[in-house]
Amino acid sequence: MAGNSADKFQGGLLGWVDARFPLSQLWNDHLARYYTPRNFNFWYYFGSLALLVLVLQIVTGIFLTMFYKPDAALAFASVEYIMRDVEWGWLIRYMHSTGASFFFIVVYLHMFRALLYGSYKKPRELIWIFGVLIYIVLMAEAFMGYLLPWGQMSYWGAQVIVNLFATIPYIGPDLVTWIRGDFLISDATLNRFFALHVIALPLVLLLLVVAHIIALHEVGSNNPDGVEIKKNKDANGVPLDGIPFHPYYTVKDLVGVGVFFIAFFAVVFFAPEMGGYFLEHANFEPADSLATPEHIAPVWYFTSFYTILRAVPDPFIGVMAMGAAVVILFFVPWLDRNPVKSVRYRSMAHRINLIVFAITFIVLGYLGVQPVSALYGELGLRLSTMYFLFFWLLWFHSRERSVIFSLLSFVVIVGLYSFYDTLRIGSTDPALVMTLWLLPTLYLLVTMVVPALIQDLRRDRPVPERVTA
Amino acid sequence: MKSLLALIVLAALAWTVSSAQAAGPSAPLDAVTIDVNNEASLQRGAQLFVNYCMGCHSAQFMRYNRVGRDLGLAENQVIQNMIFTTDEDGELVSTGSLMTNAMTRAYGAEAFGKAPPDLTLVARVRGTDWLYTFLRSFYLDESRPLGVNNVVFENVGMPHPLWELQGWQEKRKDADGSVHLEMVQAGKMSGPEYDRAIRDLVTFLSYLAEPIQTDRQRIGIMVMLFLLVFLVLAYLLKKEYWKDVH
Repeated sequence: MAGNSADKFQGGLLGWVDARFPLSQLWNDHLARYYTPRNFNFWYYFGSLALLVLVLQIVTGIFLTMFYKPDAALAFASVEYIMRDVEWGWLIRYMHSTGASFFFIVVYLHMFRALLYGSYKKPRELIWIFGVLIYIVLMAEAFMGYLLPWGQMSYWGAQVIVNLFATIPYIGPDLVTWIRGDFLISDATLNRFFALHVIALPLVLLLLVVAHIIALHEVGSNNPDGVEIKKNKDANGVPLDGIPFHPYYTVKDLVGVGVFFIAFFAVVFFAPEMGGYFLEHANFEPADSLATPEHIAPVWYFTSFYTILRAVPDPFIGVMAMGAAVVILFFVPWLDRNPVKSVRYRSMAHRINLIVFAITFIVLGYLGVQPVSALYGELGLRLSTMYFLFFWLLWFHSRERSVIFSLLSFVVIVGLYSFYDTLRIGSTDPALVMTLWLLPTLYLLVTMVVPALIQDLRRDRPVPERVTA
Repeated sequence: MKSLLALIVLAALAWTVSSAQAAGPSAPLDAVTIDVNNEASLQRGAQLFVNYCMGCHSAQFMRYNRVGRDLGLAENQVIQNMIFTTDEDGELVSTGSLMTNAMTRAYGAEAFGKAPPDLTLVARVRGTDWLYTFLRSFYLDESRPLGVNNVVFENVGMPHPLWELQGWQEKRKDADGSVHLEMVQAGKMSGPEYDRAIRDLVTFLSYLAEPIQTDRQRIGIMVMLFLLVFLVLAYLLKKEYWKDVH
């Protein structure tokens, strides 16, 4: 067993350090004797990869701050200076800009893993909550960072997002002025966003990541079977299905790092703009407060929520809906009360729900980068509804529901949005409204009504005692 | 191995996303194929740029000697062929200078209605197809202050700087309502010659927007090869360690 080697060092330098600082103990608690389920699959790479991207962002960020000028008159030129005159500056900058997008790719996959295997369920609720906080801070970090190149999209994107706060009744307009430090996005805004981006938010992010990992190591990792490995221990108290994180998962994650770096550096070296999704074309034009770009779209990782915002006609309610779409994540551990953790042993209805949610989120993201049209607007509204219905269904499938309750819920929910449709049918194309009405309705039919009638679709399966291979 | 496949699929998905060019073209664009590794094409493009564009437009994030180094030009070639700007003492600016010009923003705005924009990054903002089409789409239009309009950029403030080379075109409406341009006065170049010249110029503009692009692709291939070796070693290491896990 690896880890025993630590016992050998009683004297020497390590012994001296251990008498003063729990170095060996930390090493053992978190790596060499942190017992991890042996059945991790593909989805379990993204936690360590998220940590890797965090380190990449911090290191490249440090070098960028050595040359970047947080000044409205100099910022844009200083970025081009980094791209042209600073030795290897282009590589550092592309790694940082690509890293931002990859951070979100990795984090989204990491979050979806938690949904797949019920990793948010008791006793891991706090890990999930710390995770959602990390996600929110990450969004703030990415948003502030996006202003720094001081291009047109930096400027107008910030203008749009900051102005969302103006929709808050009474305090909105004053709040926005306070955030900007000026009556428009200006040098003052750039300076404070720089401060928040390079020190305040990274500090919070690091603290939250530490909390996330401490909480994880306290309760132990979940796994694709959703079986608690701590329930089956050998005579020494080592879980029978556990293997030490180091060296087993350190070497396994190294393979993940290899694959990740190939994808990451393929973008850095061969497509740093990623067709305008990672670096938007309009952002190669310096910020101009007098010329609005034709089409303002946030960067891809925000666009799902941007579509939810645009789907609601009233600005303030739209902002509330967008906020709710994020905040609702905090409640997931208490919405899904089903004792079965892993999707492997959950009902077919729940599986379909997860798949539809993933597709909904991706299509919402696609709609967010497209200009508004009648079709896309209507689609955005229906998919936003489906985004929230996912959470309802998460609760609904907490246990087997009766046929009556299932049918009644279906009628009430469909009735609610159909009533809303009758209010607006005059102002929109009725054929479009009715066609896309089928989307959430079919979704509810397949995940609620059909399973209510066919027992095999709604029934969870028995969870094994031990993890499967 | 499953993980490897999944990530490759993921990367492939990302690669296939279509381009999100922000500027909505008002006219269909002609596609141009450029080769930023073609040194001769880049040199011809640079020549056109300093002779015809830089009188009004700057390339203020780029330095002359960087262009010289990347395009295989000796320092005296750069001084003799590319630098026309002088400093306060009337001396030619040094080769390490940024590629600016003497036109102030205020004068530019007065002369053309809008100051001529800096062109360092224009290829990354507009895309090469747009530039290629734009520079071939000027036509005579008496209603405009300078007598010139453009199909791609309606009511552009810019006159046709290359009219001597291309000649003059006029806009004709076809029976089906579509628009085409017809040459009414020939220039020094034939149609195909002019198209080639514009392709050279667009090639240079693409280089100018991102001078590192050829180097980064060359380095990228090395990095990929290194990472593939790393991946194989990491995989073998993992396999060795995991032999005793059942």
